[in-house]
Amino acid sequence: MNILTDINFDYTLRIVALGSAILGALSGALGAFAVLRKQSLIGDTISHAALPGIAVAFFFTGNKTTTILLIGAALSGWLATLFILGIVKATRIKLDSALGLVLSVFFGFGLVMLTFIQKRPDANQAGLEKFLFGQAATLLAADVQMMAILAGVAVLALMLLWKEFKLLSFDEDFGATQGFAMNRINLMLTTLLVVAIVLGLQTVGVVLMSAMIVAPAAAARQWTDKLSTMVLLSAVFGVAAGVSGSLLSSRIPKLPTGPTIVLCISTVVLFSIFVAPARGLLWRWLRRRRNRRQFRAEAVLLDLMDMARHHPNLEHPHAAAVLHTLNLDGRAVRNSLAELAERELVRPAGAGLWSLTQAGIAEAQQLERRFQAED
Amino acid sequence: MNGLNEKHKPPRDQAAIWVEDLTVAYQDKPVLWDVDLAIPKGVLMAIVGPNGAGKTTMIKAMLGLVDPVAGRVEVFGKPFREQRRLLGYVPQRTSVDWDFPTNVLDVVMMGRYGTLGWFRRPGKAEREKAMHALEKVAMDPYADRQISQLSGGQQQRVFLARALAQEAEVYLMDEPFQGVDATTERAIVDLLRELRKQGRTVVVVHHDLQTVPDYFDWVFLLNVRRIACGPVETFFTEENLRLAYGGRVAILGERKPIADDAKSL
Ligand SMILES: Nc1ncnc2c1ncn2[C@@H]1O[C@H](COP(=O)(O)OP(=O)(O)O)[C@@H](O)[C@H]1O
Ligand SMILES: [Mg+2]
Repeated sequence: MNILTDINFDYTLRIVALGSAILGALSGALGAFAVLRKQSLIGDTISHAALPGIAVAFFFTGNKTTTILLIGAALSGWLATLFILGIVKATRIKLDSALGLVLSVFFGFGLVMLTFIQKRPDANQAGLEKFLFGQAATLLAADVQMMAILAGVAVLALMLLWKEFKLLSFDEDFGATQGFAMNRINLMLTTLLVVAIVLGLQTVGVVLMSAMIVAPAAAARQWTDKLSTMVLLSAVFGVAAGVSGSLLSSRIPKLPTGPTIVLCISTVVLFSIFVAPARGLLWRWLRRRRNRRQFRAEAVLLDLMDMARHHPNLEHPHAAAVLHTLNLDGRAVRNSLAELAERELVRPAGAGLWSLTQAGIAEAQQLERRFQAED
Repeated sequence: MNGLNEKHKPPRDQAAIWVEDLTVAYQDKPVLWDVDLAIPKGVLMAIVGPNGAGKTTMIKAMLGLVDPVAGRVEVFGKPFREQRRLLGYVPQRTSVDWDFPTNVLDVVMMGRYGTLGWFRRPGKAEREKAMHALEKVAMDPYADRQISQLSGGQQQRVFLARALAQEAEVYLMDEPFQGVDATTERAIVDLLRELRKQGRTVVVVHHDLQTVPDYFDWVFLLNVRRIACGPVETFFTEENLRLAYGGRVAILGERKPIADDAKSL
């Protein structure tokens, strides 16, 4: 008996993990374009706007099959994007305001519909609330199969339209001069994004789904300067978060899958923002510190040179104390002197005195020439 | 003055670009008002006018990037929609995000996308054309460079190369000299002259009034309405500049009073 439930459990887990992996891959890949187009909010709007579609689909069909509900979700998510594009084109309202507007109107309507449906006698079985925060355990093998097929089609479309999507994301106007119908390309990319979002609703829910669009891409951007690598990496991060999130929530009781997946991807983002080479905050900080240190050392060297000019002998020693008054920060001066000494540009002359070496004089003169040229 | 303008108007079918009654408005604010323009084939033309005069809008309208309220644009005697391939566009450098994850060669190859059409991927032929275009602006050593690592002048040259890769007949450039270094400025001027020598038509939105007589042979003064258009020596006059810039003629530069400028023409 025990073995049987265990197998059952593993089977469910496998379904959930597979579904989460698919959703992570697709939202990661398409999210990369949303992030590069500075349209991170569009994911948020589409996912929230999917809610009324789910409610209306149930209301009219009385059917709670996932497929039917998600078709409703896709239709209303897609309708929302048409509204957004239309509002931006026809009015003075800017994209971010249009996104906010459509989000609140659609989501508000969705919540009203949900409350209304709750009051119906068959409400208990509907379980529509699962689409708010997602309920991965309700994933069936058939659902995952459908997800896999749709994701496959979306990836094919992405590969086929790669050049067009790149053009749209980098320079839409130039694309139009090349003879492409850019609004059609935009509509296709947005449609793929709707598909990616709708596929994640059952697992992650409308509230957190936008994180799955933005987060993998934001993390991937930190690691690469190549579009294809970024899209691929973003998909990989999405898969990693999906799988690790479902594993974690299955090991730890009462940990909901959707939010755990989002936590996992958030960890990846934090890690990437801090330690990714070139773009990571850590490396930037280290670079800045190195630059500042070098800058201070150069300033001290030049001060020494200025003082040395008052003597016939340029190697005449001077008190570090004078440098302190010139530079205010005593510790920084000590560090700079130590560093300059290590590079054999200055040498201690005892009793807090320091003098330039021949190499130091040459270096100072070169710096002076460089600063003059920059002026 | 209008009579003079008329004299320099080429016949409609000989014009590289022919614009008639063009009116463009954003929402309800007119930005271009009833503009007529005929650009003869083979000229190097500057579009000059104060900030907000509609210079960028004019270029975009000729390229079909904004929908006019009224008017018509023809390219070599046909509606521009049929002639898109013949128009090469160099947008303002700041109109794109240079932090986009791609490299120089990739951007320049976008100039071949129109010829490639839907779905087809750029291949060896496109790569070669792009490299060739990069050579013309002395950017071929930077082909593999990330675009985020380019200086302003280098970015501008990449944009020029992208338009060159298209092998267009007419080039429309929006402030290519804006904020570039002296080397790039020189390179652009040389390129413009070479294009003219090949018989191509080049239209450039230009900000630096001092260099107009040096760099260009044709000028179009614009401020919402057409002020004047024709050869630089005849039409780049103090009076026309005053008409275009209104009370703001000080733009001509603090160093040189406007009278001197007019004389030096
Ligand atoms: N997308 C837009 N929406 C609304 N107004 C615009 C838009 N683009 C330009 N304008 C306005 O149109 C006028 C002309 O702009 P533009 O063609 O860019 O002038 P220029 O290039 O000569 O500086 C300006 O007043 C500008 O504010
Ligand atoms: Mg402009």
